Amino acid sequence: MTAENRPLSPHIFIYRLHLTTLLSGLHRITGVMLIPGSVLLVLWLWAAATGTEAYATATWAIGSWLGRLCLFGWTFSLFYHLCNGIRHLFWDAGHGFELARARASGLAVVAASGALTLAVWIAGYAARGG
Amino acid sequence: MVEFTLPANSRVVEGKTYKAPQGAKRVRTFRIYRWNPDDGQNPRMDRFEIDLDDCGPMILDALIKIKNEVDTTLTFRRSCREGICGSCAMNVDGKNNLACLCPIEESSGEVVVRPLPHMHVIKDLVPDTSRLFAQHAMIEPWLKADSPPPPDRERLQSREDRGELDGLWECILCFCCSTSCPSYWWNPDRFLGPAILLQAYRWIADSRDEATGERLDELEDPFRLYRCHTIMACTNACPKGLNPAKAIAEIKKRMILRR
Repeated sequence: MTAENRPLSPHIFIYRLHLTTLLSGLHRITGVMLIPGSVLLVLWLWAAATGTEAYATATWAIGSWLGRLCLFGWTFSLFYHLCNGIRHLFWDAGHGFELARARASGLAVVAASGALTLAVWIAGYAARGG
Repeated sequence: MVEFTLPANSRVVEGKTYKAPQGAKRVRTFRIYRWNPDDGQNPRMDRFEIDLDDCGPMILDALIKIKNEVDTTLTFRRSCREGICGSCAMNVDGKNNLACLCPIEESSGEVVVRPLPHMHVIKDLVPDTSRLFAQHAMIEPWLKADSPPPPDRERLQSREDRGELDGLWECILCFCCSTSCPSYWWNPDRFLGPAILLQAYRWIADSRDEATGERLDELEDPFRLYRCHTIMACTNACPKGLNPAKAIAEIKKRMILRR
């Protein structure tokens, strides 16, 4: 039996998920989500520069329930990636590697990004008047 | 390359069941990964029902009992049975650990034992670790110094300098960390992984070593070092309670500080 026939042992679907692993994955996912989010922002600005009709269409699309859902996801992605980026800066300086602290900072990042997202949406609706 | 699914020859099927002996009161089922290189079959999960009243307390005790009394073909590495040799590293209930340090009582329900993840299997619970040891050789894990040692004694260190090596020298190269790391799963041929990087830092941090610059040069690479994304699976996995993620961060820090 040659070495090429050796099976690969099971990995990602059998490994117990740790909080730090989950949040690292979320950092990657939110980073990717920021790409279509940025395109959306450019499209909206482009529509505003093009004319009244294009701007009205863009505003309608973003204001629809699907548009708002995407926008909400984008807001959370932005804040999560930002907050976790700050967590990475601390790590890069050599701080916060003890398991308990890494878990606590992860939870703090989730809480902070959730709170910031809600704050922006509440402020947005308040400014818009419902 | 990121590849979530296993190749066709690696898909795991259900295997045989070995019943507990008559009259056993405290029965625990062990589901164990089996692969025989000689029968051309896919890997399978065999079930062994074990009487805990007639078995030692650790996962390794159960494996030895199975090999002695139930199926002598069950294959695994073990030596010291006290967490210092690193031979019996395997995946227990989804977490990498040393089977000898892992109490059966800590598992609830079935105990699931698999080889270290994302490794080529030689037989049953024995993975092929040759690449990891080749990577270990690559970092030249020995003291390198041009200046001659004092003629009448060894090279001395201050207590503080020696203290820098605490949390590093204890590594037993069991590879629980490297084989828990998703970055190492996807790029085992180019990323050195947590175990080897912790070893590399053990020599970088050694006040007696005079090759720090060369060692850092060898690691300054988008893959060898910087594939670490601080997932911290390594630190979660280490059965010796070490912190490979922090050691890697210290290497990254030195890369910046030397500019």
